Amino acid sequence: MKRRFSLDRFLIQRVGISLITLVAALTVLPIIGVFGYIIAKGAPAISWEFLTAMPRDGMRAGGILPAIIGTFYLTLGTAVFSVPLGIAAAIYLSEYAQENRLTRLIRIAIINLAGIPSVVYGLFGLGLFVLFLKFGTSILSASLTLSIMTLPVIISAAEEALRAVPQSFRTVSISLGGTRWQTIRKIVLPQALPGIITGVILGLERAAGETAPILFTGAAFFLPRLPVSPLDATMALPYHLFVISTQVPGMPIQVQYGTALVLIGFVLGMNLIATVIRSRARAKRQW
Amino acid sequence: MPMNKIIIEHLNLQYTDGTESLRDINLDIPANAVTVLFGPAGGGKSSLLRCLNRLNDLTEVKVASGKILLDGENILDPKTDVIALRRRVGMVFARPVVLPMSIRQNLTYGLELTNEKRKSKLDEAVERGLQLAALWDEVKDRLDDPAIALSGGQQQRLCLARVLANQPEVILLDEPTSGLDPISTAKVEAALQGLKKEYTLILVPHSVQQAARTADFAAFFLQGELVEAAEGKELFTHPKQKRTEDYVEGRFG
Amino acid sequence: MGKSKNWRETLITAVVRTCGYSAVVFVLLIFFFLLREGVPALAEVKLGDLLSARWYPIESHFGILPLLTGSLIVTVGAMLIAIPFGIGTAVFLSEIAPRWMREILKPLVELLGGLPSVVLGFLGILVLSPFLRVFLNLPTGLTALAGALLLGGIAVPTTVSIAEDALDAVPQSYREGALALGATRWQTIWRVTLPAARSGVLTALMLGIGRTIGETMAVMMVTGNAPVLAIKLTSIFSPVRTMTATIAAEMGEVANGSTHYHVLFLIGLVLFLISLAVNIAASSVVFKSRKRAERVLS
Repeated sequence: MKRRFSLDRFLIQRVGISLITLVAALTVLPIIGVFGYIIAKGAPAISWEFLTAMPRDGMRAGGILPAIIGTFYLTLGTAVFSVPLGIAAAIYLSEYAQENRLTRLIRIAIINLAGIPSVVYGLFGLGLFVLFLKFGTSILSASLTLSIMTLPVIISAAEEALRAVPQSFRTVSISLGGTRWQTIRKIVLPQALPGIITGVILGLERAAGETAPILFTGAAFFLPRLPVSPLDATMALPYHLFVISTQVPGMPIQVQYGTALVLIGFVLGMNLIATVIRSRARAKRQW
Repeated sequence: MPMNKIIIEHLNLQYTDGTESLRDINLDIPANAVTVLFGPAGGGKSSLLRCLNRLNDLTEVKVASGKILLDGENILDPKTDVIALRRRVGMVFARPVVLPMSIRQNLTYGLELTNEKRKSKLDEAVERGLQLAALWDEVKDRLDDPAIALSGGQQQRLCLARVLANQPEVILLDEPTSGLDPISTAKVEAALQGLKKEYTLILVPHSVQQAARTADFAAFFLQGELVEAAEGKELFTHPKQKRTEDYVEGRFG
Repeated sequence: MGKSKNWRETLITAVVRTCGYSAVVFVLLIFFFLLREGVPALAEVKLGDLLSARWYPIESHFGILPLLTGSLIVTVGAMLIAIPFGIGTAVFLSEIAPRWMREILKPLVELLGGLPSVVLGFLGILVLSPFLRVFLNLPTGLTALAGALLLGGIAVPTTVSIAEDALDAVPQSYREGALALGATRWQTIWRVTLPAARSGVLTALMLGIGRTIGETMAVMMVTGNAPVLAIKLTSIFSPVRTMTATIAAEMGEVANGSTHYHVLFLIGLVLFLISLAVNIAASSVVFKSRKRAERVLS
C-alpha cells in the first residue's frame, strides 16, 4: 500500500518535470531557429553595396541605404525628445516626489503609456503632430510620436537606476551643506548613469523596430533622395521590410531576408552595447 | 566655565505619527570641549544630534516646540540658512560612508559645493583635514586612489577628515567607532582629544566606557528624557540620580 | 551667493516637477485626441450599424463586430499558447534548470522579446503560413491560427521574464519548508512556490495579454485581412481581421475628416480603453497583494 503511494508521487514528478522541460525546449528552440534561419537566408544578401547604395529597380535591387539612414535619424530624433524628458521625470520620481496620491497617479499614467497599442500611438501622432500642428508626414512627427511611446521605458529604467544609489550618499552630501540638486548632480546622477544609459538604449532599440507608430506619421517607401530636413518624410527599415514582404510583386526573397537581417542586426547591436555597458559598470562600481 | 556654544531650550521632538521622541530637553553645550550624550538605545540621542544640524528635516522626526541656540541664534527658525548651518555643524555617522570617489575628492567635496575652485585652497583643506584626523601619513601618497580601498577604521577617519576640511565649528559624532576594532577606536578617540582645542565636539558613544573615557561633559538620556547632565568625571563617579547610577554601573542597559 | 543658489534650486525643482507630471499630461492628451477625432463617428454612423457584422467601408458599412471578434479570437488563441508555454518555461528556468542553463536561456528568451514584430510577421508570411497551409490542408495559411501562434510567440518572452522574476523572488525558505514536510519538488512547485508568486505571475499574464491586444504588424501580415465574424470554433482556421490591423491597413487610404477616418479613430479609442482597463486591473492586483503583505508582516 505504502509503496504504491510513493510510486505515484514520484512518477507524477518525473512526468511533470519532463513535460515542463519539453515546454521550455519548445519555447527556446524556435527562438534559436528564428535567428538562425534569418541569418542563414539573409547573410548572402549582405554586401557593402547592400548597406551603402541607394535602391534600384523599384527597391528590388541595389542597396537599402536610405532605410538604414532613415531608421538612424528616427532613433536620433526619438532620443532627442524622450531622453532628457524621461531622465528628468525619473529624477522627480526618485529624488523629489513624496509617496502620495499624485505620485501614484503619475505611476499609473506611466504604466498606461507603456501599454497603449503602438498603432494607437500612430493615430495619436497623426492627429496631433501631422494634422493639428501641421508638421506633416515627417521625421519630426514620427520622432515625437516614438518619443512619447518610449518615455515610459526610459522613466522606469532611469528611476530604478537612481533608486539603486545608496541613500547614505545623499545623507552625507546634505550633511556637508549640499542642496538637493547639487547632491543629484554631483553624486546620484553620475552613479546612476550606466543604468540609465542601458535603459535608454533598450528603449531606443524598441523604437527603432516599431512600424505602426511611423506608418502615418513619417514613413514613406518610394523616396528618390535621402531626407534633408526634419520636415521630410523618410524611409525606415521596419516599414521597408513590411512593404517589400507584402506589397511588392517580384521582390527577390534574398533582398527580403537581407533587409530583415539588417534590421535585427541594428536592434541586436544596440542590445549588445547596452549589455556591455551594464556589465562593465557593475565591475567598476565603488559601492 | 567655558562659553556655551549651543543652548537647547525646552525642546520637544515628535515622530510624524505623533509619538513622542524627546520631552522637554534643556541642555547647555560648552564650546571647545567634548560633550557626551549617552544612554540606552531608543533614548532619543541620535534624534537630538540630528536636530543640531537640521538633518532631522530629512527624517520623520519633527520639532514640536523649543529652541536650539547656536551662538545665540535659533537654528530651528524657518528662516535659517540650513546650508550654511550644515557647514558650521558637521557630522560623522555610525557607519563610515565614503563617497564613490577618490580620497582627495571626498575631502574637497564640501568645498566644491561652495564653488571653491582654487587648487591651493583645495589642497590646503585636504592636508588640514587629514592631519587633524591623524590620517595624513597613511594616505598622503595615494590621495587619488578610490576611497573605498581604505580599511574600515581609515574610512571612518576619512569621514572625520572630510568634515574637518569643511572648516566647521561644531562636530557631531553619532557612534563613530561602533564598527571599528579597538586600535582604530583608540586612534579616533585620540584625534577627538586633539580636536577639542579648536572645535566643539558632541559625541554619542557606543558604550558607557567610551563615554567615561572621552567626556568633558556628559548628559544621560533615558526614554526621551534628559535625566542628568554634569561634568564628565562628576557624572560617572558621583551621579546624583539613581537611574544614572544604575545605568553607569551596568545594572541595566 | 546664498540667494542666487536658492533661485537656481527653485527653478530646477520646478522644471523637474513639470517633467514628472508629463506622463499624466501625455495620457490625457492621447485620450483627448482620440475622443476628438473618434466621437464624431458616433454622430455620423448609427449605433446599430456600428455594432453590425458588416465591415465594408467602401459602401459605408462600418460594423465593427467582425473586428472585435477577430481581435478576440486571435488574443484568446495567443493566450492559450502563451499561458502554458510562458509559465511552463518560467517554472523551468526558475525551479528546474541548473544555474548555468538559466544564465544562458533567460537572455535568449528576452532577446526574442526585443525582436521587432514586423520581423516575426515577415517570417510568418514566408515560413509559418505556408507550413500551416500544407500541414493542415487549408486553402490559405493566412489565418487566425497563424496570428495566434505569432502573438503567442510575442507574448511569451514578456510573460516568461516577469513570471520568472516573480518565482525567483519567492523566499527559499518556503521551498525548504515544503520539502522538509515531505513534499516532492514537483508538489512544492505547484502547491507552494507558484501560489506564493501568484500576483507576479498574474501581472506577467496581464502584461502578456496587453502586448497581445496591442500588437499590430505581425497580425496584420498573417491573419489574412478578412473582416468576417469569427465566432465558430473553426474560425481559427480562416482569415480574420483585428482592430489593430484594420487601423494600420486602412488609415493610409482614408480621407482626412471623412466618416471612415472618424470610425478608425473610434476603434483606436476602444483599443485605448481596453488597454487602460487591463493595466488598471494589473496594477490593482499588485497593489492589493502589497497591502496584504503589509498586513501580514505588521
